[in-house]
Amino acid sequence: MPDSTTSLVSDFAAAPISFGRKLKNGLATGAAIAAVLLVLLPLGAIFAYLIIKGAGSINWDFLTKTPKPPGEVGGGMANAIAGSAYMLLIASCMGVPVGIGAGIYLAEYGRNRFGNIIRFTADVLNGVPSIVMGIVAWNIVVAGHGFSALAGGVALAIMMIPIITRATEEMLLLVPNTVREAAYGLGVSRWRTTLSITLRTATSGVITGVMLAFARVAGETAPLLFTALGNTYWNWKINKPTAALSLQVFYYATSPYEDWIRQAWAGALILIVLIVFSISAVRIAASRGMLKGAN
Amino acid sequence: MGVGIQVEKLNAWFGKTHALQEINMTVAANHCTAVIGPSGCGKSTFVRCLNRMHETIPDARATGRVRIGDMDVYNGTSATHIRRRIGMVFQKPNPFPTMSIYDNVAAGLKLNGFHDRKRLDEIVQRSLTYSALWEEVKDTMHKKSGASLSGGQQQRLCIARALAVEPQVMLMDEPCSALDPISTGKIEELIFQLKEKFTIVIVTHNMQQASRVAEFTGFFLLGKLIEFDKTEKIFTNPSDKRTEDYITGRFG
Amino acid sequence: MRSRFHQELDELRARLLRMGGLAEQAVDRACQAYIARDLKLCHMVLEGETQINIVEREIDEMAFDLLAMQQPMAVDLRFILAVTKINADLERVGDQAVNIAERVMDMVELPKADLPVDIPRMATAVSAMVRRALESFIEGKAELAQAVLEMDNVVDRMKDEAFITLVKTMNEHPDITRQALDALLIARNLERVADHATNIAEDVIFWVRGADVRHNVPQEETPSASQPVTETH
Repeated sequence: MPDSTTSLVSDFAAAPISFGRKLKNGLATGAAIAAVLLVLLPLGAIFAYLIIKGAGSINWDFLTKTPKPPGEVGGGMANAIAGSAYMLLIASCMGVPVGIGAGIYLAEYGRNRFGNIIRFTADVLNGVPSIVMGIVAWNIVVAGHGFSALAGGVALAIMMIPIITRATEEMLLLVPNTVREAAYGLGVSRWRTTLSITLRTATSGVITGVMLAFARVAGETAPLLFTALGNTYWNWKINKPTAALSLQVFYYATSPYEDWIRQAWAGALILIVLIVFSISAVRIAASRGMLKGAN
Repeated sequence: MGVGIQVEKLNAWFGKTHALQEINMTVAANHCTAVIGPSGCGKSTFVRCLNRMHETIPDARATGRVRIGDMDVYNGTSATHIRRRIGMVFQKPNPFPTMSIYDNVAAGLKLNGFHDRKRLDEIVQRSLTYSALWEEVKDTMHKKSGASLSGGQQQRLCIARALAVEPQVMLMDEPCSALDPISTGKIEELIFQLKEKFTIVIVTHNMQQASRVAEFTGFFLLGKLIEFDKTEKIFTNPSDKRTEDYITGRFG
Repeated sequence: MRSRFHQELDELRARLLRMGGLAEQAVDRACQAYIARDLKLCHMVLEGETQINIVEREIDEMAFDLLAMQQPMAVDLRFILAVTKINADLERVGDQAVNIAERVMDMVELPKADLPVDIPRMATAVSAMVRRALESFIEGKAELAQAVLEMDNVVDRMKDEAFITLVKTMNEHPDITRQALDALLIARNLERVADHATNIAEDVIFWVRGADVRHNVPQEETPSASQPVTETH
């Protein structure tokens, strides 16, 4: 029994931490670490598996040559890598301006019912299965003009837009209102403030949003099935079918040919390496402060 | 040169709340006028009505007449045009974070289309000198960002930014409340010198500050202007009991 | 709101009232000593002087602290300034009481002389002035203070009459010159006390109305928010 004259405070301070509490602390920490491992394990497994299965097939030919018919040795996915980049470029040209524009509207002018409707639509769009996107793009572009890189770009663009929109809106909302007020106080018009001040302040956040959208769509396969179709040759024409890395991996992996399946592993490895690379590049650039913006 | 301000029957609302009621006031040119009162009395709202910043808040509106010099604030010219002739300094220093010190000061001019580099250099130097910041930043103003300065320096930067467009009136909404006593002292010293060229209206909840820098003082309470007179009168022998109760700390 | 500050203002007021009581008592005692030719009362007045000086210093110190630490404004500021001035006047009143007592001590050693001057009447008037001035401070009423200003003329006239009569007496009866001289000096001391009471009244008016009515210079009296107050809060 504690001495009645000692204060409560000193009781708390002096009492040693009971074993029970230490045990609980240890268990909780252990559970947290276990959870982390549980998350990292599949990622690690995927990487390991891909490297084991695919690294061997990556050679100079693979990266520079177009596919060869089954049975022939050699051949690669050079056109698929280029095609993916090409279509991502087309998608970005359409998706990024629209996405950022919508984000600006929502943040600066859309605190109303109409804005809420747009937000809701964007969220829904985000959840739409990618294959549905492909079908929609098929309807818009392919039905009239045939399979093409443009169609692939459109499908990917529609998928990029909601991500960019939401990220842009959120980043713009993070810009403190005092910055806008400073501009208004100087007699700068609203649209000019939004573009020259608010957007500039949120630049790094917006770029991160764009990169996230980029990473999301870079590996998509289903929408490209109905739109780009694929191509065994080099193609730079926007209105003709184009090869894509994800498509190529799909076709090869589902084929009966041993050689192609081997190449599919390699393709998958390349795909994931490129995605990890681009996300890392963004993080490094952001942390170095190369993307100037609000701290 | 500064100009006088005439306020007639100014009323302001936030939605249904009648924030300012029938304000009539004359602000003397080339003098500093302080606006004091307890929280929520409408003093910030009043000042923001002078340059129509009040309107930037959704659902806010104002009626009445405000004349600044020969400019009718509510009839005729657009809000952005008005604001180019009136400078405003806010409670929390708000330099543009992505711009250098130089660009911050020049922002008011550049964003409104003025790009003559040589003249900009002159104006920036003059404004920074006026706000007692030139010596401290003249070597680094192109490289350092506006946000890298200390609080007191940032506020002086904001003052320089407001001065660069050569307004006739400077509005200051509690400019020193976020600053330490030394920075506050520097800015008060600045206000003293600015009076020669500008008309200044300063909102402050610090009565000692009002008595130090302002020649005239207006006391607001619950949206009404209770008393407006020379500062010495207000602080030594006010006419209205409510004013006296406020400044002697019997409420508020 | 600033309750600690207002409590301190009340404390300052109480101390000044105590000071006033000591000064009033000293004058009354000195006058009583003259009437009764009582040496013991004279000694009491002389001893009381120390206490008056101590309280004067305490009041000044407290007022100074309040000015430095509390940034008083308007009526509170005027009040504290008025207190410091009244304080000085009351101390002088004490000094005059001591002077009167010393004159009385001198007179008691001399044979009693029949002087054609009514010092007791003058003493009563002066005492009343002091009391009324202090009352106007307690009540915070400018009208009471104004009445004191008017009484000063009466006392001045009394002093002038006393001077004339006593000088004539000294000429006609050189054997009681010293007694007459003592009485003359006492009359002058009393007139001084009346002047100090007048000052106190002027300071009260300054505090209550914010109007400086000293030296009879007419001042544009601007309306003041301070109504007569019985207490400082």
